[in-house]
Amino acid sequence: MNPQAFIDGLISGSTIGLGAIGLTLTYSILRFANFTHGDFLAWGAYLTLTVAGVLGGLAAGLGAPLYPFSFGWGLPLAVMGGVILTVALALGLDRILFGRLRARGADAIIIVMASFGASMALRSLLEFIFTAKPAYFTKALQIAKPLGLGMRATPDQLLVIGLTGALVLALHLFVTRSDTGRAMRAVSENPNLASVFGVDVDKIVRVTWIIGAGMACLAGVMAGLLVQIRPYMGFDLLLPLFAAAILGGIGSIPGAMLGGLIIGLAEAFTVQIIGAEWRAAISFIILVLVLMLRPQGLFGQRGA
Amino acid sequence: MMEILAYAAFFLTVALTYAIMCLGLNVQWGQTGLFNVGIAGFVGLGAYVSAALTTPDAADRIGGFDLPIVVGWLAAMAAGGLLALAVGLLTLRMRSDYLAITTFGIAVALQLVFQNAEILTGGAFGMAFIPRPFAGLQGQAFAFNIVNLALTGLVVAALYLLLEHLLRSPWGRALRAVREDEVAAQALGKNPVLLRIQAFALGGAIMALAGAVQAHFIGFIAPGNYLPMMTFQVWAMLIVGGSGNNRGALLGAVLVWAIWALSGALISEVFPADQQARAASLQIVTIGVMLCVILLWRPQGILPEVRSVSRHLGRRNKDQ
Repeated sequence: MNPQAFIDGLISGSTIGLGAIGLTLTYSILRFANFTHGDFLAWGAYLTLTVAGVLGGLAAGLGAPLYPFSFGWGLPLAVMGGVILTVALALGLDRILFGRLRARGADAIIIVMASFGASMALRSLLEFIFTAKPAYFTKALQIAKPLGLGMRATPDQLLVIGLTGALVLALHLFVTRSDTGRAMRAVSENPNLASVFGVDVDKIVRVTWIIGAGMACLAGVMAGLLVQIRPYMGFDLLLPLFAAAILGGIGSIPGAMLGGLIIGLAEAFTVQIIGAEWRAAISFIILVLVLMLRPQGLFGQRGA
Repeated sequence: MMEILAYAAFFLTVALTYAIMCLGLNVQWGQTGLFNVGIAGFVGLGAYVSAALTTPDAADRIGGFDLPIVVGWLAAMAAGGLLALAVGLLTLRMRSDYLAITTFGIAVALQLVFQNAEILTGGAFGMAFIPRPFAGLQGQAFAFNIVNLALTGLVVAALYLLLEHLLRSPWGRALRAVREDEVAAQALGKNPVLLRIQAFALGGAIMALAGAVQAHFIGFIAPGNYLPMMTFQVWAMLIVGGSGNNRGALLGAVLVWAIWALSGALISEVFPADQQARAASLQIVTIGVMLCVILLWRPQGILPEVRSVSRHLGRRNKDQ
């Protein structure tokens, strides 16, 4: 057993967890399993890459790596642009597709189906625009620094873990302490009752998309920074995202994060013990186990 | 002329194998409201099971029992039915989208098995020498395609009649009662979970049969045939044709397959070779947008469901 698997799992688990937060929020508040969520990750990565390209064209100095990381000031700036564009994409899709179906009173499963169709379209559109060839945020190579106990990580990877922890804490405080957060929980419990009590349900829907798509963009950028950017990256992450959200308990932000870390670690150990080609199967096995043993997930409420 | 007719027969035969998938999906979605995102997994399972049983002995993998094609078809149906039964038992007590997520996972997991379990599936290279019906005629393209079209048409017709009969039977009406109002159906003594599991298993068996029929017609299978793309095409077919209507399922299958094949041919004519993969992704975008547009503006599809299906009631409320 190689202790490095632990670090690898923690890193990929962080990106899965961040992605799963958006999924679990849309699932509990808008009440449908959103199959386009994986594609928000991929679009987030490509949009950020595009903004970075534009910025790099405007000011050449932005690309110079910031020691000890592999990227320069351009990337954090581009991420902001990427987040805004990904949020716009999600809100636009809600306006033209999901929102209309909701307003018509369509069954949740019809909305799931629409999200499935939209996901195919979005992914293939990426492939059309950027081709299937992988893209990279940076060509710089990084040396992994020893952390002790036989584990190594690059500064980029440590940044991803630290940033994820800070974001999850901030989001958790927002949802549990702020008025908007309380309203979100009220809508997820009972949208009609919440609206009777003066909660602006449309606003809560928008906030949910903003948080979900924003986190998806960040997760996509992290996945792109750590591995590479491909049109299918979001699709490949979709099953781990769903498994993490269900394992953590639908609606729970700490649950989604913990679920993501567990999936990430399980994947890393699968790669070590069984082989990389079976990596994707572990999410499915965990999903089936959760559905059999504890369908409400780790932090979920009963009756989900 | 003969060449065009031979191609038309080939085209229709493939379209009809998709029509079988559509009929299976119509049992699950159209009649019962169950969302299966893993159609490609069920179809692939049927193809691989049938191929493993009917191919001649091969040195580098298990299987190759040289059994008759019909045995392969039946075994494929059994395998698809059992898998669907297991999925149904696992998820159909919970909220409806858990089924969607689990079937999505099934398709991903089976795709990995097709790719990596080389000893069973031949890995990325797939399986060849799958016996084809009427193989003796293979030399004459036209005759071969025509008899295969007839055979596949026969399978479709038999399934259609069987499903139409089931639809009008008490079982079919109970299914729709559960779909429309679960509590009311329960109050009348129907067991919704049991009915759903039965419908899901029947649909899974039909999809696996479609995989087997297709594999034997083409004679060769590989993991790349059973990508999520296939799931997506079958969904588009059923939604376009009209979910809940078996004739709609058949119409949708032939129509969407025609759009697909023609736009594919157009792309290979219009675009240079190095841009074709890229242009092909536009095909998928188009079908995805089409699916969403139909869900928004004509959710009932071209041929809507016929509301009253009891023989005793006639079609009094046809125009509802």
